[in-house]
Amino acid sequence: MVDVIKSLGFEYAAANPGSSFEGLHESIINYGENKMPELLTCCHEESSVAMAHGYAKIEGKPMLAIVHGNIGLQHASMAIYNAYADRVPVFVIAGNFRDAGARANGVNSYHSAQDMALIVRDSVKWDDEPGSLAAFAESMVRAYKIAMTPPMEPVLIVLDHDMQERPMPASPVRIPRLTMPAFPVGDPNAVREAARLLVAAQNPRINAGRMARTPEGIKRLVELAELLQASVNGGGDRVNFPSRHPLAGMGVGAPDVVLNLEVQGAGSPNPGAIPSSSGAKTINISSLDLFIKSNLQDFQHLPDADIAMAADAEATLPQLIEEVKRQLTPDRKRALQERGSKIAETHQQARSVAMEAAAFGWDSSPVSLARLCGELWAQIENDDWSLVSWQGFISSWPGRLWTIDKHYHYIGGQGAGAMGYGAPAAVGAALANRKHGRLSINIQTDGDLNYAPGVLWTACHHNIPLLTVMHNNRAYHQEVMFIQQMASRRNRGGDRAHIGTTIKDPNIDYAKMAQAYGMYGEGPISNPKDVAPAIKRALERVRKGEPALLDVVTQPR
Amino acid sequence: MPRSLLLAVLVVSVCLSAAAAQTQPTSSGNLQAGKDLYLRYSCYACHGYDGHGGAGARLVPMRMTGERFTAYLRSPRTPQMPLYSTRLLTDAQLGDVWAYIKSLPASPDAKDIPLLARIMRGK
Repeated sequence: MVDVIKSLGFEYAAANPGSSFEGLHESIINYGENKMPELLTCCHEESSVAMAHGYAKIEGKPMLAIVHGNIGLQHASMAIYNAYADRVPVFVIAGNFRDAGARANGVNSYHSAQDMALIVRDSVKWDDEPGSLAAFAESMVRAYKIAMTPPMEPVLIVLDHDMQERPMPASPVRIPRLTMPAFPVGDPNAVREAARLLVAAQNPRINAGRMARTPEGIKRLVELAELLQASVNGGGDRVNFPSRHPLAGMGVGAPDVVLNLEVQGAGSPNPGAIPSSSGAKTINISSLDLFIKSNLQDFQHLPDADIAMAADAEATLPQLIEEVKRQLTPDRKRALQERGSKIAETHQQARSVAMEAAAFGWDSSPVSLARLCGELWAQIENDDWSLVSWQGFISSWPGRLWTIDKHYHYIGGQGAGAMGYGAPAAVGAALANRKHGRLSINIQTDGDLNYAPGVLWTACHHNIPLLTVMHNNRAYHQEVMFIQQMASRRNRGGDRAHIGTTIKDPNIDYAKMAQAYGMYGEGPISNPKDVAPAIKRALERVRKGEPALLDVVTQPR
Repeated sequence: MPRSLLLAVLVVSVCLSAAAAQTQPTSSGNLQAGKDLYLRYSCYACHGYDGHGGAGARLVPMRMTGERFTAYLRSPRTPQMPLYSTRLLTDAQLGDVWAYIKSLPASPDAKDIPLLARIMRGK
């Protein structure tokens, strides 16, 4: 089994120990010498899977998460759904005591299932429970291939406890060779028609969702946008387009042609949804048309489209670029340059507006998020840095102030919007960044960290360098606002909106929490003038190869 | 009197004056009552503790008149902004909130913040 796992190039296996996979556990650390994969000790299965989620977003390939039968898989289930909704390949192995005639009463029975995968089947792309070592080898390679073919998704292999303990068969087990398929590309006629619409458009806009799977995806989108001189809404789920590119943003006015690349739902990633009534011609290229499940409703509304291609957008871009080049006449190119200048002007104006907005509350205490992100940027901009946290709850200040142009500069969000993802995904992403020597930054929301803070210990134990800066607004803040609005609609006032939504009385001391797990911790910091020196001190630790945490008490958003 | 002591007395006097102003009713409202309501009704949740914005609009500097402010809270233009009927807050209470917001100091201009100016000039 370990030989099969090694053949697939897994670097790490994240796990909270469980008896249903003790055979595999022992083989990894002894037979496999705890290398490729190295076992990572996790304090919660949700952390194991979310770490694998964050790792895959940086490294572009799956990491193993091994979970206990039933209980571990149920702990992991939310994180698996996040990865599923975020189209991220995560490879989960779950133990099982399959043979009811052999298993003991008590805990082993509680940790057994007739159909273990049923627990998460709605949120994995494929699962199997192989009955022999030969079947295991084939299922593992097949699962890897399925997970890594767009749309990328989690997969699950259920592994019988007794099979892990059986002696090796006399004849050698064949390990199938992994051959990744060429990814699905848009139909040539549809690509030609899409190019025709885009070249003729007066004001095209490109919306990119979970488009760029690799750094090449960013380059291709830049080439297409520059050819068309089209504005690009890069979305918030991946780095699809450089944030400071003159064509980045919503452009000028309403578009007449919209190109959606791996955009989920009816319109486009927020902001900038294009209502179907706008009359714009719409071209959708999405691998999600090739895979959909019925129960969980993450697929959202059926998008309107004049042209739809069931294809991987990144893989289709080279053909679309060539077709656009073929159709662009010199006269048309000149006209497009003028359009590009206007978009660039708008981009610059938006940047100025962002700077003005950043100044609001600059000296406020608690610390404004713009100030926090500005102070961070001043100390990391010359590093090879990576923001390993979502910016949805921090008013997107990194996207507005920082220069984001590499795939690892930002990893997007949870996928399904579930808390508990942030801290472990940051640790997993930082782990992937470690061998590249990148400086990982996690702007960590307080509500999220409290789901499973034990991952701070995992970061310490495995020497994963990561600067965690708390966005400590002492609330599940989005819900504060929702409850206020609900109370308003019912004419009851928002003076009790803090009940059940805030994390105060007592305030949580995150510096002490970090210290308890063995991490450098400092705070709480409420004075904005104290932020920069604290960042400097913490970064000294991180640059030496260890994790550190700063507890910054912040404005709500 | 040594200059340092004189300075200290002056500073204390100014602070006391400011504190007194915070609690005294003004022609438009009671600042302390307004602050209490601003916090109790979680206005800060969207507008920030100092009224400088966040998920909601920036309130400082307050450009609405007290009457306009009250009218807006009675009938907000966006669904995100909670409505405050007379059953919840009286006109006088909204006047206090308005007066408190009006008293909050403005932020510096971006061009006067060296770090932001440097970011703006950056690559």
